[in-house]
Amino acid sequence: MEFLISLYQALPVWIQILLKIVAILLPLILTVAYYTYAERKVIGYMQVRLGPNRVGPKGWLQPIADVVKLMFKEVLLPTKADRRLFLIAPMISLGTALAAWAVFPFNAGVVLADINAGLLYILALTSMGVYGVIIGGWASNSKYALLGSIRSAAQTVSYEIAMGFALVTVLMAAGSLNLGQIVAAQEGGFLHWFWLPLLPMFVVYFISGVAETNRAPFDVAEGESEIVAGFHVDYSGMAFALFFLAEYANMILVSALTALMFLGGWLSPFQGTFMESWFDWVPGFVWLVLKAFVFMFFYLWLRATFPRYRYDQIMRLGWKVFIPITIVWIVVVGVMQVYDIGWWFDQGGVR
Amino acid sequence: MKALLHTIRSLFMLELWKGLSVTGRYLFRKKFTLNYPEQKAPVSPRFRGLHAQRRYPNGEERCIACKLCEAVCPANAITIEAEPREDGSRRTTRYDIDLFKCIFCGFCEESCPVDAIVETRVYEYHFENTDKAAGGHIMTKEKLLAMGDKYEEQIAADRAAQAKYR
Repeated sequence: MEFLISLYQALPVWIQILLKIVAILLPLILTVAYYTYAERKVIGYMQVRLGPNRVGPKGWLQPIADVVKLMFKEVLLPTKADRRLFLIAPMISLGTALAAWAVFPFNAGVVLADINAGLLYILALTSMGVYGVIIGGWASNSKYALLGSIRSAAQTVSYEIAMGFALVTVLMAAGSLNLGQIVAAQEGGFLHWFWLPLLPMFVVYFISGVAETNRAPFDVAEGESEIVAGFHVDYSGMAFALFFLAEYANMILVSALTALMFLGGWLSPFQGTFMESWFDWVPGFVWLVLKAFVFMFFYLWLRATFPRYRYDQIMRLGWKVFIPITIVWIVVVGVMQVYDIGWWFDQGGVR
Repeated sequence: MKALLHTIRSLFMLELWKGLSVTGRYLFRKKFTLNYPEQKAPVSPRFRGLHAQRRYPNGEERCIACKLCEAVCPANAITIEAEPREDGSRRTTRYDIDLFKCIFCGFCEESCPVDAIVETRVYEYHFENTDKAAGGHIMTKEKLLAMGDKYEEQIAADRAAQAKYR
């Protein structure tokens, strides 16, 4: 073990960073693969079906089979498509989805790039992701793809605002844009996490996150019943797989961020109670993953439950419900901070 | 007041939670799926599957080429040619059922005065060659009699079980 550590330290810095990137991306991509399996299983169970159970024991090899199938399929290029943009689009989608993980802290101090503007960086990259969708829809040169990408762009831009405002309350409460410090500001147990003082923002953030990732019930960008598959109708093989991977990586990112910003990240839920010492042995990473899983499950649960929103309803919800709520709550959080209301902001804040 | 109540209800997503609770409950429901090749759904004795021709216990084929089934067949799937055998009895020389045409209505079985043509419980079959010229989709007399020989026990049991309703 010590030999390995000294070997690692002897490596040039850029190789160390590459190794770290691999250590983040490999589990992430595996999670994506098995998230698709979980999705099919959970939705199947909610529809009183069994879901995939043919490939391998209980269907555990299903995602592997899917990946292999996609790898061997031809990447079709429509004749009238813009070749360069057509191939760049999925890369933008996936690139931004994966790059956002760079500032994500998995435990106290365990982070690839511990930058001060982490929250801003993530906000920037998640909104960059929509360019992949827009360019993909445009380059396909097909009406369905274009419609899908237009819808997706409008929707993402609308919910970006509510999402941004929700994050503003988080950074007001934490007094920092650094994700690690946001978690540190929630220290002190279950009731000190930001879900309580920021409850409406918690809900708004997660729902906006669902809308941002174009998932049901906000999946008008794909809307298979109206516009076939939306922006990725013309994609096949690995090009499609990249879009797919990006979508699921984004879902996991939003789930993990919600856990990080509102449910105390890697902090133990038993902190400050008599049970704290019982769970001391659990690494913080496990808590983070468990919390993220809750939201990942919610994604699937929502998809199994709700029909797709009508387009004007989506816009109404974004502009006329979420944005007013978030603006009101920014004021409320400000008042709570200034007059020191409640026990939740004892770790700091912008005061 | 009503509008206020509505606003509160939609703000707290009461109805959405109700929907979620329904799917949440169904998550733990017993699943109805049969794992087909390993588990099979029960089949009724009245099941109308692949056809067969039966024989009498002494080995004599039942069909007397009366052509009632050919006449009753709503899909015109049955083709029969007949002439007297050496011993003078009337028998078919050709008895073809075109499975591309057959709608499995069971009228042939109903019309048969000697219970010769029957539909069995067999529903797992395929044609190796779907080319029409190759005739893989035709149940010839030989195939029908072979089916009858193979499943006679089951066929006889099913007819006996259904006898009182006919």
